[in-house]
Amino acid sequence: MERIDVSFDDTHVLRDVSLRAAPGEAVALLGASGSGKSTLLRVIAGIIAPDAGTVSIDGVDITTTATHRRGVGMVFQDNQLFPHRSVADNVAFGLKMQGVDRNERRARAEAWLERVELGGFADRRVTELSGGEAKRVALARTLAADPSVVLLDEPLTGLDRELHDQLVDELARLLRIADATVVLVTHDVDEAHAIADRTVALSDLQDGGEST
Amino acid sequence: MRSRPQSSSSINRLPSGIVATLVLIPASALAVFYAWPFITLMVEAVDVEAARATFERDRTWSIVWFTTWQAVVSTALTIVLGLAPAWVISRYSFVGRRLLLSLLTAVFVLPTVVMGAAFLALFPDSIDRTAWGVIATHVVFNLAVVVRTVGAVWEHLPHDMEHAAATLGATPLTIFREITLPLLRPAVTAAAAIVFLFTFTSFGVVRILGAPGTRTIEVEVWRRATQLGQVDQAAVLALVQLAILGVVAILSAVSSRRHSRALALRPSSRPLRARTPRAKALVTVVVLATAAIAAAPLVALVVKSFSSPNGWTTAGWTGLGSAEIRPGLSLGLDPIGALVNSARTAAWSTVFATVTGALAALGIAAAGRAGRFLDAGLMLPIATSAVTIGFGMLITFDTAPYDWRASWWIVPVGHALVAVPFVVRSTLGVLRAVDGQLSLAAATLGASPTRAWAEVVVPHLWRPLAVGAALAAAISLGEFGATSFLSRSGGETLPVAIAELLGRTGSLLQTKGYALATILAAATVVLVMLVDRSGDLSGARSNGADSADPDGVDRVGR
Repeated sequence: MERIDVSFDDTHVLRDVSLRAAPGEAVALLGASGSGKSTLLRVIAGIIAPDAGTVSIDGVDITTTATHRRGVGMVFQDNQLFPHRSVADNVAFGLKMQGVDRNERRARAEAWLERVELGGFADRRVTELSGGEAKRVALARTLAADPSVVLLDEPLTGLDRELHDQLVDELARLLRIADATVVLVTHDVDEAHAIADRTVALSDLQDGGEST
Repeated sequence: MRSRPQSSSSINRLPSGIVATLVLIPASALAVFYAWPFITLMVEAVDVEAARATFERDRTWSIVWFTTWQAVVSTALTIVLGLAPAWVISRYSFVGRRLLLSLLTAVFVLPTVVMGAAFLALFPDSIDRTAWGVIATHVVFNLAVVVRTVGAVWEHLPHDMEHAAATLGATPLTIFREITLPLLRPAVTAAAAIVFLFTFTSFGVVRILGAPGTRTIEVEVWRRATQLGQVDQAAVLALVQLAILGVVAILSAVSSRRHSRALALRPSSRPLRARTPRAKALVTVVVLATAAIAAAPLVALVVKSFSSPNGWTTAGWTGLGSAEIRPGLSLGLDPIGALVNSARTAAWSTVFATVTGALAALGIAAAGRAGRFLDAGLMLPIATSAVTIGFGMLITFDTAPYDWRASWWIVPVGHALVAVPFVVRSTLGVLRAVDGQLSLAAATLGASPTRAWAEVVVPHLWRPLAVGAALAAAISLGEFGATSFLSRSGGETLPVAIAELLGRTGSLLQTKGYALATILAAATVVLVMLVDRSGDLSGARSNGADSADPDGVDRVGR
């Protein structure tokens, strides 16, 4: 993404921010809360349109492309699982959107649930999951859709220490399997180093700062 | 839930004599003026001969059929058309958002007769007496139910839930179908049940806009009982209506149980400003269209009150004091007299409702299980159609020593029946919040339970009671169904006078009818807005908005 500007009403959240990631690279973006990290992810996902600047994937300008056509997956901080669908139906949602047939969807959803160590959870209600389980389902849901770019918004914030450390390793492993370009937003330096190939501070990117 | 230690609650209770008095007064009023007439009506209806005579008439079946299909179509259209404003109001912040919501609410609280009059004023003659005229009126009337009930849930759905679906490849349409709509479904079902109840038992609107082919059961009950003198057949029809509504209520309860899910509702998502040009255009179109649809009938009403076939006139307003149609020829209906009657009736029913409601609320708060029964019992008149209430009272209180039909207080009492639950709702919440801890604090300072109650609890009642009183006055001013049975000649209230005037030919009478309807509309809206402004619509209306609770949304004017 190049020279992105975003402001809400009177607050200038992102000023001339550029960020480049190589295919398959995992970049961690560090910053305090309220620094505009989430906004940056939302610009990449197409949830927020930038006031200026461009977003491209593989050299194609997607700045005006609608979210659902970008092939950008995102794990939200609070998961945003669909409460009226089972665990498997949540994981299979992206495949359903791609027109994958029912049996195939089910099989692939179950395979992803195995990978996130939730085998046997397929028919549970998502409202009955623990925090860690819900996070894993959210991750499986995003990765199952096979996006070319995966965005993670504070994926491990709010979990207790032990679970957090366990999930950091798991997340790093899963993202390698997925073979996607990853942009991870976090305020936790250790977490960033454990998961990402490269760590960037958002404050260094503001006002035209370059990251290499 | 606050749990109070058992011992303290039993030691520090109000003397049981006071509690019993508090509960017994409203309970007896309910028994005498609601339960007894209701039972009398049902007994009257269980009559094989009358049932056969009723069901043998094709007319009966065509009326049941019309009542049902127009209610189904009205409900479906209200839901479909209401979703757009519900979406815009719950999802976006825009200039005039509150105003639009207030406008829809104002339309919703208008008396049914006023709404009928407004659409009579709006429609060209070709639509006036058709089924589609009735349906269009029902739809606009009830838009607020959908906007408030569905909007209340919609504004709690996180924006990110939809964004998450988009990042998984769902188009906006798919997101609506697969995510938003299923999550709104319980609220949509609840709104549909309320709108169906209102439209199925529609009386005022149909009295004004209906024709022989477009009568609801409710109107037919009134017609057979008061115009044709077929009291037994009217009673059978009232029972038929009750049975159909009972079935619908059961179906809706079953469906809401089946579809209820633990939706962890978060604090409401902040409405966003529309950012893209397309979103801006869509929001603008929906807002303007909704405002136009809601405002048009009201504007038409005022315009018609100043119109005559020969152009503009103020005769409808200046002639309100006169009952004469032409010099020397009198209609026997005095518009100013009706205004005075309505004011007097509203004053008395407000007094009855406020006193009874206050006693009931205090009793319910103090009495535990018996209190819950009383609470539920007092809600029954709201769930009963207005015509059923009026009809029951008409045939019950017609023999000595209970020949109260001609008494001046019977109409206010009928209105108060419907108003009491509103007073109770607005008072009980405050009372429950105050009771308990504060009384105990007073007890530790040496106050006896009775003294603590009088010093600490009762003083908190004035504000909610004022709210309840304003609602009671609004209800009384607009009440038409029960009044149609109970008002005597010369004792007509505004809605009765409006229906009379608009039912006659002659442009001056019509103009006067529109002028009276304008006055009634203004009075009702002012009263309800006062309540709304006081920020405490707790029991009566805003419950619907806060909790999507079907019982929370009820029509003020019936």
